[in-house]
Amino acid sequence: MNERNESIHGVACTFRKPADVYHAAEKVRDAGWKYWDVHSAYPIHGLDQAMGMPRSKVPRLTLLGGVTGFITGCLLTWYMNSYDYPLVVGGKPFWSPIFPFPVMYECTILFAAFGTFFGQFILNRLPQHHHPLFDLPQFARTSDDSFMIVLEARDSKFHLDESRNFLLSLGGQEITVIRD
Amino acid sequence: MAHAPDHSSERPAILDKVNPAELPRAKLILNDRSFHWITDKVCGIVEEPTPLWWKILFTVALFVASFTGAGLLYLVSTGTGTWGLRSPIGWGWAIVNFVFWVGIGHAGTLISAILCLLRQKWRTSINRAAEAMTIFAVMCAGIFPLFHVGRVWFAWWLFPLPNQNGIWPQFRSPLEWDVFAVSTYFTVSTLFWYMGMVPDFGTIRDRATTWWRKAFYSVLAMGWRGGNRQWSNMEMAYLLLAGLSTPLVLSVHTIVSFDFAVSNVPGWHTTIFPPYFVAGAIFSGFAMVLTLMLPLRAIYRLHDVINQYHIDNMCKIILATGTMVGYAYGTEFFIAAYSGNSYEKFAFINRAFGQYAWAYWIMVSCNVITPQLFWFKKIRENHSLVWIICLFVNVGMWFERFVITVTSLANDYLPSSWGYYSPTIVDIFTFFGTFGFFSVLFLLFVRFFPLLPMAELKMVSPHSDIHNH
Repeated sequence: MNERNESIHGVACTFRKPADVYHAAEKVRDAGWKYWDVHSAYPIHGLDQAMGMPRSKVPRLTLLGGVTGFITGCLLTWYMNSYDYPLVVGGKPFWSPIFPFPVMYECTILFAAFGTFFGQFILNRLPQHHHPLFDLPQFARTSDDSFMIVLEARDSKFHLDESRNFLLSLGGQEITVIRD
Repeated sequence: MAHAPDHSSERPAILDKVNPAELPRAKLILNDRSFHWITDKVCGIVEEPTPLWWKILFTVALFVASFTGAGLLYLVSTGTGTWGLRSPIGWGWAIVNFVFWVGIGHAGTLISAILCLLRQKWRTSINRAAEAMTIFAVMCAGIFPLFHVGRVWFAWWLFPLPNQNGIWPQFRSPLEWDVFAVSTYFTVSTLFWYMGMVPDFGTIRDRATTWWRKAFYSVLAMGWRGGNRQWSNMEMAYLLLAGLSTPLVLSVHTIVSFDFAVSNVPGWHTTIFPPYFVAGAIFSGFAMVLTLMLPLRAIYRLHDVINQYHIDNMCKIILATGTMVGYAYGTEFFIAAYSGNSYEKFAFINRAFGQYAWAYWIMVSCNVITPQLFWFKKIRENHSLVWIICLFVNVGMWFERFVITVTSLANDYLPSSWGYYSPTIVDIFTFFGTFGFFSVLFLLFVRFFPLLPMAELKMVSPHSDIHNH
């Protein structure tokens, strides 16, 4: 009989040292978990590989933003100085890619930065002010000097007792069930 | 045919034993401070009751800022004629102050973006405050062109927005490029600064004991949970923003220098302006970073995280960029002499020996001579002296912009239309007040935002090394 319960978010266990959580993460990865995470106060170097995570998708949104920005810059200057209200300045062409280049350049950077900034928050599903983890008393310390592995209940490998024992075998300290 | 010798087995070893040299790396965090110490130190600044010095400084800063308010109120209600602008000097303190403040900002982006790309880990303890400085300096800078348009309520015509006249901005003008450059710079710097603070807001939120503090920092932290899946995106975004800010910061002062270089005025129409302006901007910005950080370091006892290594590095950057600026001054003279253009030659002789020679020599002594003192370790270790030298640099860089702007305009092609520029009391009030405005914002930042980047400090701490069991 499966003990999976809809009101359980997952199981958490804390670690005191970055090296411990790093090696524990390698074991969770090797056990084939999909829905789990490591919480820390800073990005641990090499943990992406230890967790078997793919490369972040933020750069795609940056590129999208940059291309949009460049096209916006081109269209903006062309429409305003050449199409809608052609301006004669010194008998020069109404539009060329040269003179408004600073504008196009800045638009490219601005939109690429928007893509990066908002892309990061979208991919991280933020803002999200309510989360079951926030109810966990020991969670607050993960933003200080503690580390935490959370195995989520939505993973097909999740089984309350087994997962708890698995975390115990990894050397975790406090093992807690997170309720939704 | 000789067979090829087998090097691998026959050749004798040059050394019997190889002892790899231990390369001592400068410690970024002294006294082996723990993660918890870093959290306590940085959050403590926000959590402690408001100190008396802060209240006093804040009041003084507000008072000083009111001078800008008064200056601008008088200007708007009367007209730009209240500034010292007279033909032929159509650009006076307004553009000088604008370039001065924008330049100050550049060190913040250099520290946060360029040093990040160059993997200079020492940037971590100073980058947050330097970024804040950038944003506030750009806000101060923005005041001047905004009010220089005369009818400030039409300033929005600078932006590509439809207006009742049915006309658009003219994109051939470097001043219009400046609108795009500076507003992009402000926006991107703010995004970069805020994004870096999100995890630290999360830390303050998690430690908050009072309801309002929890609510305030919860909103700012956006529900940050510090999971590695979030960190992975955050780090990538941070790196990308650093990569975007680098060409941005170089372009901003390049475009600021185009305001001058694109015109045909002797002394302005030179190709050296973009690199020369960027070097000068970084030079003045680092001086401002030290001006701000040395007192803060003393007040909050941050000696373990902002140590002599950081101060040395900043002094050396000031020395390097100051020397570049000095070299640029020399090059300008050489090119003027070599150009065979009598107006260009005159512009430079006039700068050094004409009616504004006093300003020129203040500039040279503050920018070229003073930073040379940083060659000496003893001087770099004397922090009061470092602070004073940095003040000289700030003054010198203001005078540089004054010399460039005013000497060229006051004595251009036709001697019959020469003039002499002096600021009015309104100019002086407006500029003086910006220091108060800047201080108000900076003091609020110190009081309510994480002054040092906790997450990044923890990253460079030896405790974060996963191979260090």
